[in-house]
Amino acid sequence: MAKFTVLSPTAILGYGFPERSFERGLDCHPDLIAVDAGSVDPGPYYLGAGKSFTDRAAVRRDLAILLGAAVARGIPLVIGSAGGAGAKPHLQWTVEIVRELAAELGLGFRLGMIPADVTHETLLEGLRQGKLQALAGAPTLDARSIAGAGALVAQMGVEPIQRALAAGCDVVVAGRAYDPAVFAALPMLRGFDPGLALHLGKILECAAIAASPGSGSDCALGILEDNRFVLQALSEARVFTPTSVAAHTLYEKSNPSLLPGPGGALDLTDVSFEDIGGGRVAVSGSRFVPSQGYQLKIEGARQAGYRSIAIAGIRDPIMIQAIEEILEQVRARVAELLPDGGRNGRLHFHIYGKNGVMGDREPVRDFVAHELGIVIDAVCADPESADTLCSLTRSTLLHFGYDGRIATAGNLAFPFSPSDLRAGAVYEFSVYHLLEADPLELFPLTIMEI
Amino acid sequence: MTRLSDVALVVRSKNTSPFTYSLDIMFREPRDYQYFKSRKLIDAVLVARLYRLKPDQVLDVIYFDPAMAIKICLPRDISSGAPGDSDVYGAQQHAPLLLWEFNGNAGH
Repeated sequence: MAKFTVLSPTAILGYGFPERSFERGLDCHPDLIAVDAGSVDPGPYYLGAGKSFTDRAAVRRDLAILLGAAVARGIPLVIGSAGGAGAKPHLQWTVEIVRELAAELGLGFRLGMIPADVTHETLLEGLRQGKLQALAGAPTLDARSIAGAGALVAQMGVEPIQRALAAGCDVVVAGRAYDPAVFAALPMLRGFDPGLALHLGKILECAAIAASPGSGSDCALGILEDNRFVLQALSEARVFTPTSVAAHTLYEKSNPSLLPGPGGALDLTDVSFEDIGGGRVAVSGSRFVPSQGYQLKIEGARQAGYRSIAIAGIRDPIMIQAIEEILEQVRARVAELLPDGGRNGRLHFHIYGKNGVMGDREPVRDFVAHELGIVIDAVCADPESADTLCSLTRSTLLHFGYDGRIATAGNLAFPFSPSDLRAGAVYEFSVYHLLEADPLELFPLTIMEI
Repeated sequence: MTRLSDVALVVRSKNTSPFTYSLDIMFREPRDYQYFKSRKLIDAVLVARLYRLKPDQVLDVIYFDPAMAIKICLPRDISSGAPGDSDVYGAQQHAPLLLWEFNGNAGH
């Protein structure tokens, strides 16, 4: 019976893992060490600004252990969605750390680097040819919005990673990738069932998060066989159970039975999870259904301006009672004070203690808190205008003479001096679309001998 | 009346994309899940009421047997992290569901 063992050290490169768990994984003779380094969860800033959401020292620590073990033992190491968002600056950032470590540890290997950047021209061409399709909630694109869409990446499937592995790369650093691809590429190349390999990847991309108790910073092992795969925890502290694995299948997915990805969908309608003892779960019945035409998910983030904020508390019950009307009156007064009537800025009040978390969807309407936290959130085209909008709003609210006011000295309790803070550039997701494209064309391979 | 939090093992919310989030409910006991599933106790009309939406804005309500779970997909008014957003990960949108009370004797 053919077997292929995959070691997933941690949920996100840089989240850390116990070395003891990793050693236990190595003792199982893995055929592949793979790790996902990315996510869109932390928001559009990281893709837009070209920054990693993980810490450099933490990524370096994880990579030192992974590189050392993989190269010494001749186990292929595949890293996907490098640097978090997986665009060019993120890929370079990761490769720089890999090179630094190789020099320090005296390691030699063949490195494959696969960028995932998409040009505006490619997207525009896709739009013109009717090959671009918006995902739920994403904005409709036209030539103008594509030109201003900011940084763009495509989630690669298994094919570009397979090309790098087939070219003899020992270590592959890939830009933005479909999370399961880094785990499934090599076993699929060796002839294992794509449905099982991709489903295993879906679970291993979060490492021990799918175990019980879950952890984002511990290792997990997956063993692919002909008709099933087995999940195994690598710490005494946790086990896989049919419930923990089934629960994870729901996580961050729109439809748990049908998970679309590059080139097809994972159909989990007939999946079964079986407890086989020893904290292990066997999964079978996962099927890969190829799609007509090959579709890639494109992500884009564009700059939306600059932000300045002020944080303040309110303890006055008369003011709290009428807070929403007061803030609307302040908004109107500030607009009168601005030369452009406030048209070019976006002012938002986060009212913690009222609806700061859920906004308009907050169903609790009649509760009155004894104190409120207000964040004045000003976003404008340039930092100076954001400062002005934030500052005028803060000073107007501080001294605003609302109806029934008795406390006439000041309306806000500031925790800080200065009260106003620059929060830097603000981004927003501009593209979240499917593009019909070739599986390999957008993802060129660069090989470096280290 | 029973609160959903009394019969659920997990009630959570999380982004499924920058433009959508999902509410997951997982049950402790098969009989509670079956009670909900057979009566469709949670549907688009209920979710719309709890989240101040119109029923046709609720993208999906799925009963998923392998996990004894209900999954609800909702659109965001403001995409994750864009100006005006208040929950970048969409991780704190589950409370209305958690405290929702239903009429029934789902094992109680």
